[in-house]
Amino acid sequence: MGKKIIELKNIYKRFGDFTAIDGINLYINEGEFLTLLGPSGCGKTTTLRIIGGFEQPDEGDVLFEGVRINDVPAHKRPLNTVFQKYALFPHLTVGENVAFGPTIRKISPDIIQKDVKKYLEIVNLEGYEDRDVSTLSGGQQQRVAIARALINKPRVLLLDEPLGALDLKLRKDMQDELKTMHKDVGITFVYVTHDQEEALTLSDTVVVMNNGRILQIGTPVDIYNEPNNAFVAYFIGESNIIHNSIMVKDKLVNIDGVDFNCVDTGFGQNTPVDVVVRPEDVVLVPADKADLKGIVTLVTFKGVHYEIWVEGPTFEWKVHSTLPQTVGDELGITVDPYNIHVMKHEPLEIPSEETAVEV
Amino acid sequence: MKKLLKKLYIFLILLFLYAPIIVLIVYSFNASKSRAVWQGFSLTWYQQLFTDSKILSALETTFLIALIASVVATVLGTFAAMGMMKMKKKTFETVRTITYIPVLNPDIVTGVSLMMLFAFIGIELGFVSMLLAHITFCTPYVIISVLPKLYQLDMSVYEAAQDLGAKPFYALRKTIIPQLMPGIVTGFLLSFTLSVDDFVISYFTTGGHVENLSMIVFSMARKGVNPKINAVSALLFVTVMILLLIVNKRELSSKKHAAKNKDTLLNREKQIIKYRRNEGK
Repeated sequence: MGKKIIELKNIYKRFGDFTAIDGINLYINEGEFLTLLGPSGCGKTTTLRIIGGFEQPDEGDVLFEGVRINDVPAHKRPLNTVFQKYALFPHLTVGENVAFGPTIRKISPDIIQKDVKKYLEIVNLEGYEDRDVSTLSGGQQQRVAIARALINKPRVLLLDEPLGALDLKLRKDMQDELKTMHKDVGITFVYVTHDQEEALTLSDTVVVMNNGRILQIGTPVDIYNEPNNAFVAYFIGESNIIHNSIMVKDKLVNIDGVDFNCVDTGFGQNTPVDVVVRPEDVVLVPADKADLKGIVTLVTFKGVHYEIWVEGPTFEWKVHSTLPQTVGDELGITVDPYNIHVMKHEPLEIPSEETAVEV
Repeated sequence: MKKLLKKLYIFLILLFLYAPIIVLIVYSFNASKSRAVWQGFSLTWYQQLFTDSKILSALETTFLIALIASVVATVLGTFAAMGMMKMKKKTFETVRTITYIPVLNPDIVTGVSLMMLFAFIGIELGFVSMLLAHITFCTPYVIISVLPKLYQLDMSVYEAAQDLGAKPFYALRKTIIPQLMPGIVTGFLLSFTLSVDDFVISYFTTGGHVENLSMIVFSMARKGVNPKINAVSALLFVTVMILLLIVNKRELSSKKHAAKNKDTLLNREKQIIKYRRNEGK
């Protein structure tokens, strides 16, 4: 992880009345795998397109290694993009597609041929040079798109939801391949996705965005364990978000009507707060062993764990546990102090299912 | 029986449509000057045709105008269609409707209004005015042929080319134009055909001694019986027919191509279903 390779300073972008990007500051280190994560319309793709040179910011600067590149057109930027729908050239063969960049740079045909072979090998498509792109499957087309970008040895590879059009199994395989490729070629990856699992799996750094703003930047572990507001918690994995909680005093918070010890301080006394507890951090105990009690309403087997819904006094808790429970039983609910995440109370804009799942 | 009737019906319709032309072509090979009596096969009229300087110069005018007009209209129409796609939806709809109007407009109205326009701006009627008129009425056909290809166009390909280092114009040439090519060629052939067989608009927008084939046929017919007309008309018909066949064949094959793509899409669906099933196991 080296120096800053790309920097965005105070970027604004509006389309008519719609503010796509509402003041973004971000830097990307050389060699890192950075993911822009957020629901549809959060500005992540626009951010990527601004880096790629396909959109001009209304305000703010884009820096590449400290030099302002706002006015440098896309074809002169040392970056390459893998587009959402691959954007392969349908009238060219696989080999011609991959050779497109080097041909423009007037590299000698012998070298191009060797390079094409090499990069098709990297993406596991050796021997596909003469195939028609329309005969390839989605996963194969995606790999051609990646080879076509990598062959130019870009300093930064931009990937716009590259796995969005693939089915689940193929997607998992491609995630592994992408991670391996990132390690092997050692260039900076900037990745856009709405899939939180993908973001956590692949990235060195995750940038969570919503409504054109950056909500949190951090390692996947940080983002998952220490979401700094309820939206991030909601978006990254499943959570119990208890809005009507009250910070009684430092290190003591009232959740669902019961006081819990926690580790957070500095919220003042009797302040309304949001509390986030991950379902796997909720520990179910016999009813007489805890102050907070609830009734089991639903038990679903999820493979690795059971998902158990427990109806507390004011909140329905989602619990992940390897042990099954019986519907109708009364149980105690406990949470370890360091698993309680207290945040400033703010009205939560939960995206509807429709916007959260981007197609 | 029903099948036979069906065939008979189609035969009658085709006969109705093509009988005049068949008679015309047959009689263009008639040895006699008569339009009613067949006196044996001969190529006299074709021979005379190619020694008639007036007809030869008309032939030259016709094809020269058709070629220049269709090339210019193709370039104009293609770029116009591209520009239209960049417009906002409402403006686009309006402009598209406006471009359709010349297509639906009666030729005589187009012809007369062009003649008046040329007189108004002081362009002398002749070869140039006729050429301009042909460009004018051909351009909408190119737009109409290219627009559907633009709807299907994948713009991200254009961005991808630039991303890979192509300058905007090179990217256009390498990605957009090849995708539009079927529409562009159809538009070109259509323009050429329309230009070759146009009479009304040419009649109003020419002057001096500049005449195209249709006009020669018209003036010869007025002077009375001359089987050379048959020969000229037969040649015109065959030219236009061949061009139209090419246009149709192209459209058919592009549809076949689309069907093939659909097929591979279907295969992909099948693959996905297979994957899902395996996962379910």
